[in-house]
Amino acid sequence: MSEYLIIDNLTKIYPTPKGPSIIVKDFNLRIKKGEFVTLIGHSGCGKSTVLSMVAGLNPATDGGIILAGRELAGAGPDRGIVFQSPCLLPWFTALENVRLGVDQAFYTASRTERHQIAEYYLTVVGLGDAANKKPAELSQGMRQRVGIARAFALSPKMLLLDEPFGMLDSLTRFELQQVLIDLWRRDRKTALMVTHDVDEALFLSDRVICMTNGPEAEVGEILEVTFPRPRIRKEVLNHPDYYRLRETLISFLNERSDLRPSRDKVGVEQNNIPHRNEPGDHANRPPSTPAMALTS
Amino acid sequence: MSNTLEKLKTALLPLVGFAAALTLWQALSMTVSPDLPTPMKTWEESREYVFKPFAKRGEMDQGILRFTWYSLILVAKGYAIALIIGTPIGFLLGLSKGFHSIFDPIIQILRPVSPLAWLPLGLVLFLSAGKQASELGALFTIAICSMWPTVLNTAVGVRSIPQDYINVARALKLSKAQTLMKVLLPATLPYMFTGYRLSLGIAWLVIVAAEMLTGKPGVGGFLWQEYNALNYARIILCILTIGFVGFILDRLMGLVEKRFKTA
Ligand SMILES: Nc1ncnc2c1ncn2[C@@H]1O[C@H](COP(=O)(O)OP(=O)(O)OP(=O)(O)O)[C@@H](O)[C@H]1O
Ligand SMILES: [Mg+2]
Repeated sequence: MSEYLIIDNLTKIYPTPKGPSIIVKDFNLRIKKGEFVTLIGHSGCGKSTVLSMVAGLNPATDGGIILAGRELAGAGPDRGIVFQSPCLLPWFTALENVRLGVDQAFYTASRTERHQIAEYYLTVVGLGDAANKKPAELSQGMRQRVGIARAFALSPKMLLLDEPFGMLDSLTRFELQQVLIDLWRRDRKTALMVTHDVDEALFLSDRVICMTNGPEAEVGEILEVTFPRPRIRKEVLNHPDYYRLRETLISFLNERSDLRPSRDKVGVEQNNIPHRNEPGDHANRPPSTPAMALTS
Repeated sequence: MSNTLEKLKTALLPLVGFAAALTLWQALSMTVSPDLPTPMKTWEESREYVFKPFAKRGEMDQGILRFTWYSLILVAKGYAIALIIGTPIGFLLGLSKGFHSIFDPIIQILRPVSPLAWLPLGLVLFLSAGKQASELGALFTIAICSMWPTVLNTAVGVRSIPQDYINVARALKLSKAQTLMKVLLPATLPYMFTGYRLSLGIAWLVIVAAEMLTGKPGVGGFLWQEYNALNYARIILCILTIGFVGFILDRLMGLVEKRFKTA
């Protein structure tokens, strides 16, 4: 398959009072079209830095990024970004927030068409009824649904997600992981997602990229995740390879943290690891939630 | 039970304050300041102006609300000029570091200058305008004195727009105009309206000084005339009117400001 996103020797150096600080050095990654890749690594290693350079929000010091055969320069609506905090504009309703992006991406379409696109994606993420609410009237989870709808509604070439579920409780997180993966399955958008959560990485992605610790962070280990799709959380958790992959990831992260004991956030978020057949598993939840409605 | 008591208290306690002020006033006029009219005398000499608030007996002899109306119109004009000029300057200060470095020092120096100092300059500025000179000078003074809170609050508002909102605009590649209208302006509105409220307070504060020099009918002009005519009782009427109107203006702007806070 063709290489859709090529990150070539990407480097980021910040000037600091103590001299230049090399955050990311010679980061190389190739992602195929339709692939879902997660980036995992310790806090502060430079994951967000890499993602924001791909997003075009942060200029690279060196190296290049090619998306769909064209070198990227600056940000644009051809990449749908989901930030850690939903970043909705509080003076707009959920629908208007999605419309803001749709108007940019589909400026040739008619008003009604753009309205319909925005409405459609809000419905798909389960917010059809809340379209005219302001962000302040929505829960944290609902806001992030709007953020996801906004990114997908752009029909972007690729998705960039920076710990989109990091601020949510684990139940909501499972729900939104399902929303995300269901949406992703429709048109197999190429996706690059940053996460802290080993289980999230394994559930969602085709490949997990472990980043080495900064400074001068680069690609460490790469893990292929071959669970069959569509994935059901319970089946993934019961898959014979699951715990082996999980152990590999955790030991990679722990090994790194042993080398650098000064890091504040050590290892994965152990308390969020679901156990087998835990009641919080998405597959066990009643089919009344919007997330479940999507799978049917 | 305790709730109604609480309500009664908040309704009655201000009256205690007014009573105390009146007592002090009475005591002062009976002791150290024999020229200060007593509250009773003040009321007697003012009642005609209060009971016939819109009467017009002569150019400088009109009902107190009629005078207030003239003053409000003058203030409204000067205030409008202040907002129209101050808001864009505030935006530029907030958006551009260069603009800030160039103009912030001048602003900091001009800001503390009192209305009494600006007025003569205003009159000089518009001397060539002939008959209009005094009104233009007054407008200039009101505008330049009341502009600063709008300028500074708008600049602070622009500077404190969360990076998140700006990133949304950048990620969607909004045009400059769209970024201004859909992101920068709505994000700054609450700060702008705080500035607008403070500016209005100052604009009203300046009115006396402005009318004193222009000699135009209005509460301030009336106050100055009555002082020259040794009718001290009506000075107090003017002071109370100015205070009351200022209070109401502030409350009204406060309501507008609140609307934008929640948005
Ligand atoms: N503007 C800047 N100037 C200097 N150093 C910076 C700047 N922005 C980020 N850094 C440094 O770059 C490093 C990487 O930051 P980044 O946000 O990419 O980490 P991360 O892997 O996303 O961490 P987390 O998992 O906590 O989100 C950090 O050590 C940070 O201190
Ligand atoms: Mg980060």
